[in-house]
Amino acid sequence: MNYWITKTAAELVDALAAGETTSVELTQAHLDRIQAVDGDATSGIHAFLHVDAEGALAQAAESDARRAAGETRHLLDGVPIAVKDVLATQGLPTTCGSKILEGWVPPYDATVVRKVKAAGLPILGKTNMDEFAMGSSTEHSAYGPTRNPWDQTRIPGGSGGGSAAAVAAFEAPLALGTDTGGSIRQPGAVTGTVGVKPTYGAVSRYGLVALANSLDQVGPVTRTVLDSALLHELIGGHDPLDSTSVNQPVGAFVEAARQGAAGDLAGLKVGVIKELAGDGWQPGVMSRFAETVELLTELGAEVTEIACPSFVHAMATYYLILPAECSSNLAKFDAMRYGLRVVPDGDPSAETVMRATRDAGFGDEVKRRIMIGTYALSSGYYDAYYGQAQKVRTLISRDFAAAFEQVDVLVSPTSPTTAFPLGDKLDDPLAMYLQDLATIPANLAGVPGISVPAGLADEDGLPVGFQVLAPALADDRLYRVGAAVEAALSSRWGGILLNQAPSLEGGSQ
Amino acid sequence: MTTVTKLVDFDEVIEKFDPALGLEIHVELNTNTKMFCGCPAVFGGEPNTQVCPTCLGLPGAMPVVNGKAVESAIRIGLALNCEIAEWCRFARKNYFYPDMPKNFQTSQYDEPIAFEGFLDVDVEGETFRIEIERAHMEEDTGKSLHVGGSDGRIHGADYSLVDYNRAGIPLIEIVTKPILNTGDKAPLVAKAYVSAIRDLIVALGVSDARMDQGSIRADVNLSLAPKGAGGLGTRSETKNVNSLRSVERAVRYEMARHAGILLDGGSVLQETRHFHENDGSTSSGREKSDAEDYRYFPEPDLVPVAPSREWVEELRLTLPENPAERRVRLQGDWGFTDLEMRDAVAAGAIELIEETVAQGTAPQSARKWWVADLLRRANDAGVELAAVGVTPTQVAAVQALVDARTINDKLARQVFDGLIAGEGTPAEIIEKRGLAMVSDDGPLLAAIDEALAAQPAIAEKIRGGNLAAAGAIIGAVMKATRGQADAGRVRELILEKLA
Amino acid sequence: MSQLSRDEVAHLADLARIDLDAAELDHLAPQLNVILEAVASISGVAGDDVPPTSHPIPLTNVFREDVVVPGLTAEQALSGAPEAEEQRFRVPRILGDEQ
Ligand SMILES: [Mg+2]
Ligand SMILES: [Zn+2]
Repeated sequence: MNYWITKTAAELVDALAAGETTSVELTQAHLDRIQAVDGDATSGIHAFLHVDAEGALAQAAESDARRAAGETRHLLDGVPIAVKDVLATQGLPTTCGSKILEGWVPPYDATVVRKVKAAGLPILGKTNMDEFAMGSSTEHSAYGPTRNPWDQTRIPGGSGGGSAAAVAAFEAPLALGTDTGGSIRQPGAVTGTVGVKPTYGAVSRYGLVALANSLDQVGPVTRTVLDSALLHELIGGHDPLDSTSVNQPVGAFVEAARQGAAGDLAGLKVGVIKELAGDGWQPGVMSRFAETVELLTELGAEVTEIACPSFVHAMATYYLILPAECSSNLAKFDAMRYGLRVVPDGDPSAETVMRATRDAGFGDEVKRRIMIGTYALSSGYYDAYYGQAQKVRTLISRDFAAAFEQVDVLVSPTSPTTAFPLGDKLDDPLAMYLQDLATIPANLAGVPGISVPAGLADEDGLPVGFQVLAPALADDRLYRVGAAVEAALSSRWGGILLNQAPSLEGGSQ
Repeated sequence: MTTVTKLVDFDEVIEKFDPALGLEIHVELNTNTKMFCGCPAVFGGEPNTQVCPTCLGLPGAMPVVNGKAVESAIRIGLALNCEIAEWCRFARKNYFYPDMPKNFQTSQYDEPIAFEGFLDVDVEGETFRIEIERAHMEEDTGKSLHVGGSDGRIHGADYSLVDYNRAGIPLIEIVTKPILNTGDKAPLVAKAYVSAIRDLIVALGVSDARMDQGSIRADVNLSLAPKGAGGLGTRSETKNVNSLRSVERAVRYEMARHAGILLDGGSVLQETRHFHENDGSTSSGREKSDAEDYRYFPEPDLVPVAPSREWVEELRLTLPENPAERRVRLQGDWGFTDLEMRDAVAAGAIELIEETVAQGTAPQSARKWWVADLLRRANDAGVELAAVGVTPTQVAAVQALVDARTINDKLARQVFDGLIAGEGTPAEIIEKRGLAMVSDDGPLLAAIDEALAAQPAIAEKIRGGNLAAAGAIIGAVMKATRGQADAGRVRELILEKLA
Repeated sequence: MSQLSRDEVAHLADLARIDLDAAELDHLAPQLNVILEAVASISGVAGDDVPPTSHPIPLTNVFREDVVVPGLTAEQALSGAPEAEEQRFRVPRILGDEQ
């Protein structure tokens, strides 16, 4: 493997500053890696739907020129990044993993993409995802699945499997993801990487093609906690284009990560969520989780068990609110203004073209959720479904509020199982939904969460994720605790967990 | 539709039925920008040049509420004597239509910004209190051109071309409660209400209030119930009636049509109807089954609107004088009779007269020109009085010339011809057209001598003291000078001569 | 809460403007019922005294200044259009009625 692609973003920042390398060299190294291991729909990692070698190298050259002239725009200026295909990128295709948007090139940038470009990070390309971010395996991508770098017969998680696999396979040091019910954290868990879902409203959603507006959040996907902190500080902050954006200064996440890495958690109160364990939870996942909790105690934290009784209703609540919002969000895909247009035989009208296009352009999972949402909102059922779900959402928020009266952070396994084989749950929606059992409550309440590697499960040798949840706008606690766990475990492992992943050299084409 | 529509005579409708009205008026605000984005909200403009990711409904784009539009909504609500919500939300109204970029309209559902108000309107001296159910904020749709088929109508078109410049322009929808007990005045009450809303909007300055350009659009609901039976019949909803006169005609037509169906023992279909300017009829549109399911839910990309009571009271202080009260005041100031005032209102001449009077013209003179002469010209040209081509300043100038005896009323009318023809200032027109009155004695005496010589008998009568006879001589002189003689001076000269 | 009949699923697809054929209906209808059964578990969980949450982080009165900001050119606006004509989006004939 090329020397530079194994480095963390923080290390690349230093190397660029010290003049040991250039942005063009780093960008080319990652493009070569993508060339070597990413493959296509049928083989290889397939983390990318679109690679922009030319654009990335041009941005890299500009970054090098700036640096040569003694001016950099941001700490991360020159460090390449991958962007989930659900974020609008001016001049780059944005498909959301759906046929209905095949070939659509947005005439504008998402706010986070604008910030990334303005800071001088070359954009390597757009990463694969479940269609419109609906799924936990990236198998619902209309362009073929992404494969888990740890075992290419298994899922990389979802919906952001592409971003997670890209950083896990050293195809990019940094990536942007989005998390509606776990789409950053669960892929992080099953690929042995780090993923953060910030507080709702802490990162702009403008230009994020909405799945469920009241749940979606953009966040960092990286190999280390410090790298997530660096990226989070770049993309965070108030955006006047997003009415739900919180008008507060960005937290000191890098500082919190450095402090946490020092390994002292004395006085920190940690709550283990009682409801997130039991049947259906893989033993190997639970033992890695228990060890990590034990580790927190060793680092000085006070650990207690906390009951969040309403969490048992989180799944049902989520699968009513999300379909309702997405059934309306996805109505705009009607073949009139952009995207796919399928014209049926006979004497077509706008309406028959809409129907044919939406049938041909949407996959099964999208159709299922649109119809559930249409049902949940229809008159006569609104109160029983959507109305009730919004009330239960209040109960879940109250559980968090009560818990954070007693503890500083809550912890749980990120996902009940390790990566499962591709195809296992494709026609069993409920089984697929269970993957997000532990991640969904945070989205319903808007609180931030992080997943950090906790080791490999004994029964299958696959990565397990450790989730930390904090109160709204206390994202810095995620970085402190996450970095402490990462530092302690890495010293046990003699490096980050990913160093134990199989080599992919020749792993494709 | 070839089925013959039976229309019942108006008097018969009134003697057998009680009409119930309901009006929904959409007011397009004149804010600089659209409801949820920074695109210009102006009328016209090259197709699809006033659009952005948000009002085009591009994937990922998000709305942000225009604070000025909320302010206008609150001021309209207050002017309609409404309560202003302490907390309300936008909601999505979901339905598919090509001129709606997101396939949902961002509107308000069960939490309107303003509710429970009223507006009093006068019809032939009788006051009707129209109860307002709600006024809510929403966004306009794009505009479709229908290509092929007959006269650009939607039916039979081959395809359509959509321009989204109008999509997202702020609308305030004002909905009345059912308006009962209007009897034979129903058509006039409907017209008077829409007219009153327009006056209010103009006075508030929140909209161009141009019905002809669609910045005020009225949907007219009508139903009939058997005389004295109470309750409400099935209603029809006539869409986008875009002139005051059309509102009245639409109500008349629907009353006659409903009665025709009901008297034949039929039942009225609940549907939307289209109004046809040419013959004042309506035709069937979309059947409005109550099964129509818009799946409203709170707009998750917007946060609640919670106007502070302080803000509301500040806005209350900015309200203009109520148009009705203002009229009472002006009628007093001007000394107009009720009839004169009603004609002036009907002519849409109140503001014009006010501006003319403000420049020193006597109210009666201003009224005479606007409500008589200029109104006729406007009607002939088929334009609103304000658009007749003469300004209050010009009317004041012309009247000043009449007062100075430079011209008389007859000549003044020719000056207005010139003004409308764009021939320049009143002075220039008088110059060019040679309209100045002849009041220097030389030419007048010559004309008088001629006239007296021509009619010696009359001259004798005058000498004999029959001054009335002078009229005949004055007439002859006016004739000789083609109306440009100063009649007053001519009389004086004749009497001097024959004294 | 009740099970969805095949006809009800067809009606939902109709409301959602998705042209499902018979095979798709047979395939999706049972899956929808499994999901609905699962989500039905929340009925009665929260009493009338519990207020609904529509936004996880409550904010109010987020307004924009009424100031024009540059948008897209017509070329950009139409760049993704399946069909355009006279600088407008060309769409198939519209059945039904003006809204
Ligand atoms: Mg409306
Ligand atoms: Zn716009």
